[in-house]
Amino acid sequence: MAKLISRRGFIAAAAAASVITGCESRPVAQFLGAMQRWNEKAEDMMFSPARLAPELPPSATTPEDAFPAYFISDSMPIAPPAWTLKVGGLVKRPAVLTLAQLQTMARTEMRVQHHCVEGWSAVASWHGVRLREIARLAGVDRRVQFVEFRSFDSGYWSSWDLDSALHPQTLLAYGFNGGPLGAEHGAPLRVYSAVKLGYKNVKYLTEVNFLPNRTGGYWEDQGYEWFAGV
Amino acid sequence: MAGSGLQILTAYPALGPRGAQYSWYPFQNMAPPRWLTIGGWLAGGRHWHFAIAWFFIANGLIYFTYFFASGEWRRRLFRPGRDTGNAVRQFAYYIRIRKSPPPEDFYNGLQRLAYTGVLLLGMVMVLSGLAIYKPVQFHPLTLIFGGYDGARVVHLAVLCLLAIFVAVHLVLVSLHPRELLNMISGGKRG
Repeated sequence: MAKLISRRGFIAAAAAASVITGCESRPVAQFLGAMQRWNEKAEDMMFSPARLAPELPPSATTPEDAFPAYFISDSMPIAPPAWTLKVGGLVKRPAVLTLAQLQTMARTEMRVQHHCVEGWSAVASWHGVRLREIARLAGVDRRVQFVEFRSFDSGYWSSWDLDSALHPQTLLAYGFNGGPLGAEHGAPLRVYSAVKLGYKNVKYLTEVNFLPNRTGGYWEDQGYEWFAGV
Repeated sequence: MAGSGLQILTAYPALGPRGAQYSWYPFQNMAPPRWLTIGGWLAGGRHWHFAIAWFFIANGLIYFTYFFASGEWRRRLFRPGRDTGNAVRQFAYYIRIRKSPPPEDFYNGLQRLAYTGVLLLGMVMVLSGLAIYKPVQFHPLTLIFGGYDGARVVHLAVLCLLAIFVAVHLVLVSLHPRELLNMISGGKRG
């Protein structure tokens, strides 16, 4: 479990709480902020790194045109021609990986239910490399407790607890429903996990950073929950 | 809880998964009225909901601890063997098939049925909420409700039933204001 919550992270969370409740009175904002921190601890305790989301049969797949595609840029982000993935932070072997290199690594495929913070669900199969495989190759330092994902979608980003990032159903996915990942779902590479809400799964990935301290995220900084496990 | 729940529902005011919304649900993609919501936007609604949820659960735990430790359950819980006949006769009296009400001790059978039912609804509310909150971590629980989307249906249906329960009692207490104290305190001790 992520035990280390840095002072900076704490302040960021408090700032986030004040953003959510901008229109609330001060005591109400403090109450909601305190409950938010309490809930984050509870969510962390409820998360079991060994529990797997059930894999679903092909018949459960959502029609592709019904699976929403979200990005924050004004138009669909398109990968730069020389796209690479940077793996950094507190690791022994920082790396810059091409898609071809990622595709030669052990491939995992899973068909699981997607849970959006808005309340909808959908089902698709995703294939790619387990993030724990990338962590193993990079040699993650013992002080690392958090993982940060960055993208080329107008700076969209997120950060996770390490246990959820190393869950066997957390992938760096380059494939969707058996084919290549389309631009609408985050091509060329995106985070896809069965144990987080949709907004934690950063699309259009450019960087994975293994960090000792907690950072925020695009939605998290605006007031959405940071842990957001399912 | 209800207001923040409706704020959350507003973000996806539909039942059923993407691409397979339930055809039987008459209010598909119709957001609840804004004046019924609390929290201002989805994140705010979620924070209210998950903050107050702890107090709802704590309230339930204290209630049930007292309910069973004090022996109050004996005169309040609906027990089919004891109360079914009385409940049927009471119903017959209400719809004017019977001229006189059946004998009643603390509650009549119909009241026991209603007040036991509402306790069950409270428990189903919490459990279906947990199933929506952590559908992977509490997957077996989620399966009981027919999966994530089934749990959303149950959660909303229970809200509607509780709203009807409250509305009926507001009408009753406005007709019989003297019952207000009994409603709040739970009535005289055995």
